[in-house]
Amino acid sequence: MKRTLSALALLFCLFSTSTVSIADAGTEAALAADPVAEKRLQELSAELRCLVCQNQNIADSNAELAQDLRREIRGMIKDGKSNGEIIDFMVTRYGDFVLYRPPLKASTLLLWGGPLLLLIGGMLALRAYLRRRSLRLADEKPLSSEEIRRAEALLQENEPK
Amino acid sequence: MIPELGHFALILAALVAVVFGSLSLLGAHRNQQAWIALARPGANALALLVTFSFACLTQAFVVNDFSVVYVAQHSNSLLPIEYRVAGVWGGHEGSLLLWILMLTWWAFGVAQFSRQLPDTMVARVLGTLGLVAFGFLLFILFTSNPFERLLPGATEGRDLNPLLQDPGLVIHPPLLYMGYVGFSVAYAFAVAALLSGQLDAAWARWSRPWTTAAWVFLTLGIAMGSWWAYYELGWGGWWFWDPVENASFMPWLIGTALMHSLAVTEKRGSFKNWTVLLAISAFSLSLLGTFLVRSGVLTSVHAFATDPRRGVFILIFLVAVIGLSLTLFAWRAPKVGLGGRFGLISRESMLLANNVLLVVACATVLLGTLYPLLIDALGVGKISVGPPYFNAVFVPVMTPILFLVGIGPFARWKEASLPELLRLTRWALGAGAIVAVALPLVYGQWKAMTALGLFFAAWVVVTALQNFAERVHHTRGGRSLLTAVLAQPRGFIGMHLAHIGVAVFVVGVTMVMSFEQEKDIKMAVGDQVSVAGYSFRFNGVRQVEGPNYVAMQGNFDLTVDNRFLRKMNPEKRNYHSSAMPMTEAAIDAGLLRDVYVSLGEPIDRDKPEGEWAVRVYYKPFVDWIWGGCLLMSLGGLLAMLDRRYRVKSRRAAAATAGVQQAARN
Repeated sequence: MKRTLSALALLFCLFSTSTVSIADAGTEAALAADPVAEKRLQELSAELRCLVCQNQNIADSNAELAQDLRREIRGMIKDGKSNGEIIDFMVTRYGDFVLYRPPLKASTLLLWGGPLLLLIGGMLALRAYLRRRSLRLADEKPLSSEEIRRAEALLQENEPK
Repeated sequence: MIPELGHFALILAALVAVVFGSLSLLGAHRNQQAWIALARPGANALALLVTFSFACLTQAFVVNDFSVVYVAQHSNSLLPIEYRVAGVWGGHEGSLLLWILMLTWWAFGVAQFSRQLPDTMVARVLGTLGLVAFGFLLFILFTSNPFERLLPGATEGRDLNPLLQDPGLVIHPPLLYMGYVGFSVAYAFAVAALLSGQLDAAWARWSRPWTTAAWVFLTLGIAMGSWWAYYELGWGGWWFWDPVENASFMPWLIGTALMHSLAVTEKRGSFKNWTVLLAISAFSLSLLGTFLVRSGVLTSVHAFATDPRRGVFILIFLVAVIGLSLTLFAWRAPKVGLGGRFGLISRESMLLANNVLLVVACATVLLGTLYPLLIDALGVGKISVGPPYFNAVFVPVMTPILFLVGIGPFARWKEASLPELLRLTRWALGAGAIVAVALPLVYGQWKAMTALGLFFAAWVVVTALQNFAERVHHTRGGRSLLTAVLAQPRGFIGMHLAHIGVAVFVVGVTMVMSFEQEKDIKMAVGDQVSVAGYSFRFNGVRQVEGPNYVAMQGNFDLTVDNRFLRKMNPEKRNYHSSAMPMTEAAIDAGLLRDVYVSLGEPIDRDKPEGEWAVRVYYKPFVDWIWGGCLLMSLGGLLAMLDRRYRVKSRRAAAATAGVQQAARN
């Protein structure tokens, strides 16, 4: 159900936008002059997915949906909304799919914890391997001096200087 | 007629591949000289047939033969000739043919440059490559035939995706595929070694230059793709952690691990099993990448349904390749010796740690790439995993690698002493600390991440130079400095060059992520905008005609401190065949910064003489990213050409010949 809703919202955005863009141009230019707001907009929009694009965030995309969302974020910044509130708003409207930084929840536990587990696992495996290896090597009898001499003689035969 | 010949050549190639592939493998197994002798001519014939077939497809593109479905879909009579040729690999079927072409060329290369190798070894390597080629030929013939006809033929083609109409398309895919496919040679060497049961230093020495060659191509291919995205997509990004990018990055990470592990296997006889496993993984990941990109699972889970045969076929092939080689591995691995003894702190252990970290890095990328598919398939939800995630988890894994890059070359084989390593690297530590504190302040703001990146860059450069200088000093023996430098083994010079390349890359990434500035604004004629001291004056747009597009070309004056620097002309192109407008950014590139301007949309579509949306960027050190990759490739190239691969292999051949002679007597 939620998915259908977001699809509908998406369609609505797609078809209803072109007229708005002209009307808002004036206020937007004024807003763009505020470097702090602009910086926040850039940071926020880099984290949000443009849902009609292949795989682009709304900061980079020139699609109309992206332009509209940027405008909406500008508006919300102007209204004094916090970054968290803006993100929440986007998630309520479009679902988690809009976030490039997946939220931490039960279904993403493995995603966020995975790299750390892999790193620890890798390091433990490395230690275990090195330990086992040195044990096995200790079991092997070292070559006798006679064997070493013979091996060296063989090597020299094969690699004439 | 010619497309039919191309099709026929492909069928013939499949037959040749399966016959010579299986016969040379069987021959090597049973020691039948006549079958073993088939390997080289077989590989040559295969390369010839596929090259012919590829030429046929190219010809169909060049003469605009729109009765071939693939040509009609990916070309157009207005398309400039260079893009018609490159258009051959602009779609699924053709890029698959390019894949196979590269594979057969690698096999051809092995057939030519393997005179010093034992014939049975060559037969096993080429036989394996032949069978891999057979699998792909079946794939292309049954699911993705580029020569399929359209009857009656179309009068005009649909055109190549405008995004691809760029010199990038001419260079990027061939380089990338050469890299991807090149790991098949390392894979074939590993399989051959497993089959023969001779996993030894000689095997490592033989496969080292081939692995390095593949790695060089892959590095260049990825860098080229990144640069292309940077100037073509119009938003100034150079890496997006897109699944398709990740698909090429994963084999790169494993390939890097493989190169290092091969070094240990060759020099010290250790890690043989591990090296074989990496060789299998590198190629498997190349296949997995091909699967992910080609099956369509990535862009949308539903694209699979459009032609499920493709996805299923590659999946089966993937399972066969991985399954068979792992079975072989499980059978042989327990009998392989451990190699030389080494201490807990030694060159060997550090290289092994580097390997573990690179593998963890690769697994992390794999996790992030597949996770959204996985939880969507399970019906748990739909999520996006993008740059914020990857940047957050990737940096902690890569940091210890950078530390090892610096300290590793100082560590002795077998046993190194920690106090000595600390003593040797104290200058690098100091230099890194100074740079980390000072440089960010020069750029106006101190940030921990910036400092970290710059610290490691300085650390890597100083250790590399110091290590190099020490070796030159020790081996100088009264010669002039230049002679002593040039007398260093190419592999040694190459290693340090590549490591310095890593540092250069790190500087680029750090600086551009810390200090880039951008503005996204609306400009009317006469407006000015400035970013990081660079000022852009907008003088309006004019219409220009391209061969198959009409462009609106912006006219900007770039000034700094009221001094005129140059004109900049970003374009917005409308290709006749596509509704999607394309951006061509204008970039003023420089050693220390790029200044970048790209044209968005006119605010009012009917009034292009009015206001435009414009993006301007200041990107410090961004070219260092690709410069670093270039240095890495150059280092790889030098290492590959190291004299000892030829000298020693000739010696080994002489020794083998001697043994064979003795056996016969």
